[in-house]
Amino acid sequence: MADKTLKLEVVTPERKVLSEEITSLIVPAIEGYLGVLPNHAPLISGLEPGVVKYKMAGEYKKMAISGGFLEVVDNKVSLLANTAELPEEIDVTRALAAKERAEERLRNKVGVDIFRAEMALRRAIARLRTIGRDQH
Amino acid sequence: MASVRDIKRRIRSVKNTQQITKAMEMVAAAKLRRTQGAVVAARPYAQKLKEVLSRLVASSDGLKDPLLEVREPKKIGFVVVTADRGLAGGYNANLIRTAVASMAKHRDLEIGILAIGKKARDFFRKRRYSVEGEFVGISDIPTLGEAKEITETIRTFYTEGIYDEVYLVYTEFITAMQQKPKTKKLLPIEAPVTEDSGELDYIFDPSPQIVLNNLLPLYLTNQVFSALMEAKASEHGARMTAMGSATDNAGEMIDQLTLSYNRARQAAITREISEIVGGANALQG
Repeated sequence: MADKTLKLEVVTPERKVLSEEITSLIVPAIEGYLGVLPNHAPLISGLEPGVVKYKMAGEYKKMAISGGFLEVVDNKVSLLANTAELPEEIDVTRALAAKERAEERLRNKVGVDIFRAEMALRRAIARLRTIGRDQH
Repeated sequence: MASVRDIKRRIRSVKNTQQITKAMEMVAAAKLRRTQGAVVAARPYAQKLKEVLSRLVASSDGLKDPLLEVREPKKIGFVVVTADRGLAGGYNANLIRTAVASMAKHRDLEIGILAIGKKARDFFRKRRYSVEGEFVGISDIPTLGEAKEITETIRTFYTEGIYDEVYLVYTEFITAMQQKPKTKKLLPIEAPVTEDSGELDYIFDPSPQIVLNNLLPLYLTNQVFSALMEAKASEHGARMTAMGSATDNAGEMIDQLTLSYNRARQAAITREISEIVGGANALQG
C-alpha cells in the first residue's frame, strides 16, 4: 500500500504549476472537501476556491486555488485551477488586505456585488490558510 | 549627378532609418521569444480542458447550457483580432482581408463586429461596419484578465440573443516567419471529440450538468485567451520579419549610395586636378 502513488499535475491557464508523485490528496469540491487516494474511480469534479492538501513523501503540503476542475483517471490526477499558488508564492500583505477589503464590502452591503465580494473573501482566506495565517 | 554633400546626407539618413528598423527587429524578437514561452506554458491547460470537456460530453447526453444553444442565425458577431500598431508587414492587412472574406459569406445576415486592436477598429469604423465593442491596448503577453474581459462581452452578446453565432478571426502562429489568418466558430460551442472519449465510466461531482455549466465558460475564455496569444506571437513574428528585411534593404541602399558617393568624390578630385593642370599650362603658355 505504501508504494501506491498518484501522479498529480496542477495546471493553470498561464502555466504548469506542479507535477509530482503523491500518496493522497484533499481538494475543495463544490459540495465540500473531497479526498482522493490511489486507485480512485474515474472522477470529474468542480472545485471551489480553497486549500488543496496533498501528501508527498509522508509530508502534507498545501496550495491555494481559486476554483477549477479535477479529473482523476488511472491514478493520474489533473487539477485545472483558475489560479494556483504554492505557499512560497503567496503575498501575505496582499492577501490580508484583500481579506479586509472584502469583509468591509460585505459589512456595508450597499452598492456591492455580494457574490463577487464573497468569492474574493474566500480566495483571500484560502491563501492565508495555505500559509497558516488564518485561524478560521 | 547629385553633389557629394547630398549623397552624404542621404547615406546618413538611411543609416538612421536602418538603426531604427534594426532596433525594432530586435525588440520584436525578444517579445516573440517571451510570448512563445507563454504559448507553450498555456498548452497543457488548454489540452486538458479539451479532454475533460470531450469526455463529459461523450459520457452524458441531453446536457444543456446557454452556450451550447443553437439558434437560427439572424445576426452574427465577428471578433477580429489585429494589432494596435502597424509596421508588421502584411500582418494586419492579411487578417482584415480574411475577416472581410468571411463576412461576405453571410451577406444576407446582419453583422456586428467586436474589434480587438486599433487596426481592426479603425478599418471597420471607417467603412461604416457596425463596431459594437472594442478592446485596444492588449499587452505584449496577453493576460488571462484581458481574455476574461473580452470573453465576458462576447458571452453577454450571445446569451442576450444579440448575436446568434460568433466567429473569431485571428492569426494562427505557425513559425516566426509564417502566420496564417484563420476564422473559427466560437459560439455556439461545438464540443471537441477525441477518439478515446467515453470508454470510462466517470463519476461527476456534483452532477454532469453542473460540471458542464462551470466548464463551458472556462473553455470559452481559454479559446479567446489562446487566440490572443497566437495573434500576439504572430504579430511579433511578422514585425520581426518585416523589420529584418527593412534592415537588409537599408543596408543594400547604403552600399549603393556609398558607391556613388565614392564616384562623385573621385570625379570632383579629377576635375580639380585637371583644372589645376590646365591653369598651370596656361601660365607657362
